[in-house]
Formats: sequence, C-alpha cells, structure tokens
Amino acid sequence: MTVPGNPRGRATEERLQEIKRIAGETSLAPGAAKLGSHPQITGHDSYYGLPALKPPVWTWEIPLYFFLGGISGVSGCMAFVAHLLHADPGLVRVLLWVGFIGSAICPMLLIADLGRPARFLNMLRVFKWRSAMSMGAWILIGFSACITPALFANELILRGFDWPILGFLRWSAEAGALVTGLLLAGYTGVLIGATANPLWSANRRVLPVHFLTSGMGGASAILELAGFFVLPTQILGFIAAGVETLLDLKVELRKPAVDAPLHHGPSGIAFRIAGLLEGPGSLLVRLFWGSTHYGRLTAAIFFLVGSALSRYAWIWAGRVSARQPNVEFARQRAGEARP
Amino acid sequence: MTKSAFLTDATICIGCKACEVACKEWNNVPADGFTWTGLSYDNTQALGASTWRHVMFLEQPQRAGPQIAGTSEPFRWVFLSDVCKHCANSGCLEGCPTGAIVRTDLGTVYVQPDVCNGCGYCVVSCPFGVIDKNHEDGRAFKCTFCYDRQKVGLMPACATACPTHSIQFGPYEELQERAKDRVVELQERGYTDAKLYDPKETSVGGIHAFFVILGEPENYNLPPAPEVPTVYLKSAWTSALLTAAILIGVVFAAFSFR
Repeated sequence: MTVPGNPRGRATEERLQEIKRIAGETSLAPGAAKLGSHPQITGHDSYYGLPALKPPVWTWEIPLYFFLGGISGVSGCMAFVAHLLHADPGLVRVLLWVGFIGSAICPMLLIADLGRPARFLNMLRVFKWRSAMSMGAWILIGFSACITPALFANELILRGFDWPILGFLRWSAEAGALVTGLLLAGYTGVLIGATANPLWSANRRVLPVHFLTSGMGGASAILELAGFFVLPTQILGFIAAGVETLLDLKVELRKPAVDAPLHHGPSGIAFRIAGLLEGPGSLLVRLFWGSTHYGRLTAAIFFLVGSALSRYAWIWAGRVSARQPNVEFARQRAGEARP
Repeated sequence: MTKSAFLTDATICIGCKACEVACKEWNNVPADGFTWTGLSYDNTQALGASTWRHVMFLEQPQRAGPQIAGTSEPFRWVFLSDVCKHCANSGCLEGCPTGAIVRTDLGTVYVQPDVCNGCGYCVVSCPFGVIDKNHEDGRAFKCTFCYDRQKVGLMPACATACPTHSIQFGPYEELQERAKDRVVELQERGYTDAKLYDPKETSVGGIHAFFVILGEPENYNLPPAPEVPTVYLKSAWTSALLTAAILIGVVFAAFSFR
C-alpha cells in the first residue's frame, strides 16, 4: 500500500509501529549502529590508539650524517694510532683525508636538515652538557678543528717541508682528532638514546656501541677500498663484523615489546637486512673468501652498505615506535622507563 | 612574579572547543586542515605545531560517578582540554641546542621564535608529545602560555574564553590547593575514579598545567610515568665512553700486527 510522500511504498503503518516498538523496548532501532561499535576507551586503553609522542622530524640527511660522521670520526682516531705505530704513511694519509672530507660534508648535511638553515650558527649560542645535540655541534666543530690542521700538516710534511712546528702540530692535531673523532662517532648513539622515544631510549646502552663499531668497521672498509689489504684492516674487519653479529643476536634473542619495530613491518625488514649485511654477511664473506682481494672488497662493501642502511632503519623504527602509545604506557606502568 | 599555572578540569569541560578557537585566533596559529577522524567530535587528534589546545572526547562504557546516563548500557562522555604541560624539568628545554627554549620569569617554558633554527631535537625530547616542528615555517612551536597576555596582566586566551571555568588560571600554589580540594570533593560525591594528574614523583618533577581527570591518565594519552630524557644521558654516555676506550685498545692492537 503506498503512502503519500513515500515513492517506494515499502513501509507500511504496521512497519512503522514495529520500529517504534523495538526502539522503545531495546533503546535501539532495528538496523541502527549499536553503541560500542564506535571506538571506546576502557581500562588502561590509550586515547583511541592515537600517538602520544611525536615522531622524529629528521629527513635523509641525518642518518647519512650518522654514517659519515661515524666513519670519519673513527678514521681520525685510527690516524693517530696508525701513525704512532709506524703504519704505511699512505694508509695514514688516506685516514686523514677520509676524516677531513667527512668533517666537511657532515656540517653541510646537518645544516640542510634544519628548518631554518640560515640560522645554523645559533647552534653555537650555548654549550649545554645536558643536550646531546648541543654537545654534538661542538664535537663536530672540535673534530674539524683537529683533523684539518692534521691533514694540512701531513700534506706539507709529505711534500718535504720539514719545519719542526709541523711535526708538533700534526701530532697534537691527530691526538685531538682521536678524542673528538671518537666522540663524534659515539655521541650520535647518545643523541637518539637520550630522548623520549621508547625504542631509542630502551636501547640507549646499545646504540653507542653499535654506532662506534659500525664507524670502526666502516673506516677499515674504506681503507680496503683504497687498496690497503693489510693485516690491521683484516683484523678490524673481522672484529667489527663479529661485534655486529653479536649485537644482531642480542636483538633477535631478546624481544621486549618496545623493540617490535625492529622485528615487524617494513622497518623490521630494513633493520634485519642491515644487520645481516653488517654482521654475519660481512663476517662470513671475510671468513671464507677473505684470503683474496675480491673477498675482502666484498666484505668491506657489505659492511658499508649495511652500516648506512642500519642508520636509516633505526630512524625509521623510531618513527614507528612513536606511534605505539600502548607499548610505552605499559612500559611506564611496569617501571621500565625509569633510568 | 609568581609562577603561573593552569588547572584544567575534565569534570567541568563541556567540549565546546572555545579554548582551541581562542588560542588559534589570539596567537595567529595556522589551520591544521580538515580531517574527519570519526573519533567522537575530536578532529584535531593531538597537540602539535599548530594546535596548542586540544579538546579530547572520551566515549566510555561506564558511568560518571553517580550520574544516570539514560542509556540501556552504562555510558559517559568526558571532555578534557589538553595543553603543553610547562614541565618543571622540561625535556624540550633541556634538549634545545640553540638555547631557544627558555624558562620565563613566570615559570613557563617558552620557545623564542627568533632563535629556533628547526633542528627538531625538542620534538623527540618531549615525553608528552606536545611540541612539533612546523614544516612550512621551519621552526618548532608550542603553547606560549600567552606570555604576551600575562605580561600585561591578562589571563591566557584559552582561560579567558572558557565558558565553564574548566580551564582555571592563576598562581601555582593556589591552583594546586584548589586541585586537591576538587578531587576530594569529587570522590565524596561518588566520582571514585577522579584523580589529579601531576607527575611530581617522576623526573619531570611536576607540571605547571595539571589536570583533574576521570579514569586513567592513559585514557587521555597522558603518560602514567613520564621521564625527562636527560635522565638517560648518564647510561648512554657511559656506554659511549667505555666503548670508545675499548675501541682505542682494539685499533692499537690491530695496528701492532704487521
């Protein structure tokens, strides 16, 4: 029976009364959305699962800076030690150049990432022990201030200028480069470890170890790429890949909820690939093929690629971690976020 | 001058968003765009570079104290206006490498926009997820506690616009007393899950914008036990310096072989 105003004529008066009856008895019309089909917040639920922290805003320059800074920093350190122990002067020269080129590129990467690059000098307004980034800005400048005179003094000495001041300058600058270079390679682990990011702060003890080892293996790998297939670079290659393998094992065996971005999803895949290349991949290649130059080059390249990829994976995983409020709230409730 | 504080009371808030609007209009904060979240009436989602007051809408299957909800199942709808906590021990302030973020004479945490160079370290240093970088502008922004208004004796814009006095502004000590009394009053009236959110016992050391809430802090994305990230520096630096020392030894040993 059709009703005025209802062209399809499907609803009858009886149907309207039925709807009224059901709605009155159950407080819900037939076919209407039920209370509780909307997201609701109970118990210790987060606010609709929305992120309670902000992810890092850094772009590709920063992981690349971590990678290059690590290599050039440890190169600076190795230059002093190699020089002290009478290594091949060509090898020492390459280390100084790697350190110097790194010290030139790194600030450019940092400045490019800034939201207001023209204000980069504001980084030097203060010196704050309690800000790892403030310390890092000064460490980078300190490293630059040491590696540059070390390189120039070395180049002049190699060209036959034998003024005594050059020797003294070179030694003291190299010693400064050792200290500042290691700080440069290691502070980046502190930089991301001492933040509110759950994944990073939970791994704050491991990150500096990983970044320093990665820098050492990377510096040694660059030497091999430059043709120095000597015993020291073989040893350092083995040690770096070995330590990375142990760190990979630690992450694989201990799987707290906060480390989920390292194990699951695209960030987990990137992390695993990086770990395999830097760790077991580089180690096994060096073990079974390391007697040849090609084998050592392959191991070196594996390590370098894995090292770079690892920095990106850690930043990526940090982004994922910032979006998981339930994990962080549970950690805090369990007292695991305390220092 | 005395320390300023906000007391924001979820049990009074009506979810009108006057605070969000007033803050944006007074401070010329840019629009966030239009996103329909489907999460009750909250389309803002979180604090950020262009949101300095964020009203939350909690739909919960439980009663609010002794209230009669009028539905067949228990239900309550709680609102809270979130804001920068202006921590006593502030993660963003400690992390800032340019000294842009400072403590004002009013005890608030303020980002000097002429100094900030947009490095983004404050963003990952805030345990409450408040401050963020504005990618068009390049700098980091957050609630200023209406520093300009306070300097001439006015209340912040949000407190001025709040029609129910859910957002209360005044000297820190006075609002602390009021907050404690309010929680006691609520408990006595049957709101057994009313509590004060002011994490004094953590390294954050108390906040200058504290909240009276119903339920758990997590429900409002307030961290139950926040820490200022500087407490992590000691263990991280120890690890770095120890490893560096060992690394020197390793390199020494390696180059001793020839």
